[in-house]
Amino acid sequence: MAGEGGYVDEQAIKDCQHDLGMDRPKFVQFVDFITGFMVFDLGESMWTGKAITHELGLRFQLSLQIAIMATLVAVVIAIPLGTISAIRQDTWLDYAVRTFSIAGIAIPSFWLGIMIILGLLISTQAWFGEPWMPPIEYVSPLEDPVANLVQLIWPAVATGYRYSAVATRMTRSALLEVLREDYVRTAKAKGLIERIIINRHALKNSMLPVVTVIGIEFAFLMGGLVVTEQVFNLNGVGKLFVESVQNHDYTMTQALVMLVALVFVVTNFVVDLFYAMLDPRIRYS
Amino acid sequence: MKPSTKLAIALGAGAAFALGAVATASAAPKRGGMLNIVVGSKIPSYDGHRETTFGMIHPIRPFYSLLIRVNPDNPQSTSDFTCDLCESFTKSSDGKTYTFKIRENVKFHDGTPLTSQDIKATMHKLIFPPKGIASSRKAFYGMVESVEATGKYEVTFKLKYATGGFIPALATPFNFVYSKKDLDTHGYKWHMKNINGTGAFTFVQHQPGAFVEGKRYANYHLKGEDGKNKPYLDGYKAISAPKMAIRLQAIRGDRAQIEFRAFPPKARDDLKKALGDKITVQESDWNCVMGFSSNQKLKKFQDVRTRQALSMGLDRWGGSKYLSKIAIVKTVGGTVFPNHKLAAKKEELMQLRGYSTDLAASQAEAKKLLAAAGMSGASVELLNRAVDQPYKVVGTWMLGQWKKLGLKTTQIVLPTGPWYAKFRKKKDQETMIDFNCQGVVNPLIDASKWLSNDIASNNYANYQDRQLDKWYDQMNRTGDEAEAYSIMRKYEKRILHEKAHYAVSFWWYKINPYRSYVKGWNIAPSHYLNQSLDQVWLDK
Repeated sequence: MAGEGGYVDEQAIKDCQHDLGMDRPKFVQFVDFITGFMVFDLGESMWTGKAITHELGLRFQLSLQIAIMATLVAVVIAIPLGTISAIRQDTWLDYAVRTFSIAGIAIPSFWLGIMIILGLLISTQAWFGEPWMPPIEYVSPLEDPVANLVQLIWPAVATGYRYSAVATRMTRSALLEVLREDYVRTAKAKGLIERIIINRHALKNSMLPVVTVIGIEFAFLMGGLVVTEQVFNLNGVGKLFVESVQNHDYTMTQALVMLVALVFVVTNFVVDLFYAMLDPRIRYS
Repeated sequence: MKPSTKLAIALGAGAAFALGAVATASAAPKRGGMLNIVVGSKIPSYDGHRETTFGMIHPIRPFYSLLIRVNPDNPQSTSDFTCDLCESFTKSSDGKTYTFKIRENVKFHDGTPLTSQDIKATMHKLIFPPKGIASSRKAFYGMVESVEATGKYEVTFKLKYATGGFIPALATPFNFVYSKKDLDTHGYKWHMKNINGTGAFTFVQHQPGAFVEGKRYANYHLKGEDGKNKPYLDGYKAISAPKMAIRLQAIRGDRAQIEFRAFPPKARDDLKKALGDKITVQESDWNCVMGFSSNQKLKKFQDVRTRQALSMGLDRWGGSKYLSKIAIVKTVGGTVFPNHKLAAKKEELMQLRGYSTDLAASQAEAKKLLAAAGMSGASVELLNRAVDQPYKVVGTWMLGQWKKLGLKTTQIVLPTGPWYAKFRKKKDQETMIDFNCQGVVNPLIDASKWLSNDIASNNYANYQDRQLDKWYDQMNRTGDEAEAYSIMRKYEKRILHEKAHYAVSFWWYKINPYRSYVKGWNIAPSHYLNQSLDQVWLDK
């Protein structure tokens, strides 16, 4: 209610605090939150007054899609480049891939995002006479898949590049380690062609640490794309996190902390399942 | 009085000034199209009576009508008010009774016909809210004694005293007219989460954090230039974009056509450079005053000489020249919106401490005052808000000015929440960037900021000055324009000069670059005003 400095009645502020339950003892507020949480009642946003599950649902869909798209971009870039870099170790190709991946780690994804938008605006104006940029309002893929892709491909590339850089380096080092294993040497001695050795024996075994990195990054993307979401004006979970803290929306902030924790737990569980799939020796009994 | 009649209210005969206000295109308005607006703030709730932010006004105002409003074709005038839901109104000879004739055949978006009972119920919620119901501008209506429906389409306001502050207060853009049926059926908090107005657009959807969408209301009560019902647009989307860079790029990339708050000068120049005549710019003084206040709860600032010296250290005229190139501030003024009938003229301002054009003399006197107060070379902290425009720019400039007086200066910059908490709850700041942003230019009400702190909750200097309270009351109760002007000068002189309770640095300056094919919108002296969108059209 404070707005931009206009008159605000003190009583109105007190009434507002009463409505929000903020005039109750902290302990009572905490017990209220915990009992609600046990039955998945996250309450209402202190800022908008709407159900938190409703507010989260809108953002979660977008953040999940970005996370999946960025993961796809990262995997498509990281696995081939990491593999090439490992099997062509210390050649110019290896140096080029390593430079590319180190640049990806060094360049903040939000900066890359800004450059992508500016690049699009300037280049389209130069070529077509009218500047163009991706839409700034989210369209669901079920509603208009093309518009959705046109909007989200850019942030997916911006975040996927950084993500791929980490995964590329991990793929390279894991593969190099596997390529020095006895069973790879045996396979070579047997006369197997290199493509089969790499694809069937080495790559699969080198994927365990890569999957771990991908899992951690995926979970991070679900709540950590704070700046990139702002650069592309994406209404995701990261932006909501920042806004809820700025607005002192405690109920929303608590719910988001719980959500992100849940995403990490679920992602780690999925990563564990992948371990078992990639390495038959791993069994959870 | 006809709807478009300019109201010669007692104190509101301010001149429409030359700044900004480009003429609306003379071409006939075209119908159709969607307007995309970018909005840099968020919607706390939909209830205009409760909220105070443009983050609510810009997306939600088009769904509602007001009883009267600032003339959308002449919003620069501080005295031109037109009927919206009224057809006409009259004022009694003693200035204490206003009777409004309400339009017939107006319907809320749910089909409920509008009558005087809706106006009465709305005004009661605004002016006499029941306990527990927030009405943020209730204090604007201290002069109102009663509001009665004196006919099916007639509402009468009885005032305790005649005042020029009533009509501008009534035209406040937050005064959305609600249906009595909704208030009776759903309660006074229903409008926080629901929308049912008589405005030019009907609510389609709100995706929290993303956008609000409205579509044309076919039964809107105002006619366009073509004789058909307004609005001209098929609809609009108010897209939330907290980052200024995004809002700017959105206009450049034509994803949005306009932003109604303001951009800094550099952003305007960048857009013009990139797009040339595809961008139109309107500029205006802004009904937001910026300056600093010294916390008189602290012993350090209880000596008036210290406060006077800090004010005298500011090179207002030079600062205006250079800061207006990088920040959204420009005009040097006093406590009244520049160019308003009640505002001080330049020669009057120059009689006040800190407004002299002889900077060297001012600074020399300021140093003497500091020495006399035992503050030579003392340290001074300035509390500021972590918002670039214009807070940090002006704050940094202010510190530079004070350093020239030999003071050791520190700036404490806090995010908005902790910033408010520091001076509203802790009240332990030394000096702070202080401001007063209002909607309709209404100096008689706007000047309430400088009342004693047990009356004005936004008096952050924490003083009590009963002389000011007395003059304020006198100003509001006189119907005589010349007398009000005279009292306002005394009021202003005491605040800025004699007691130095507050120091005005500059008035904000509003710059709105937008796509040239957007027509019919005229800049107002406030980002809260002229947002109904019923007169806006797209020349495409």
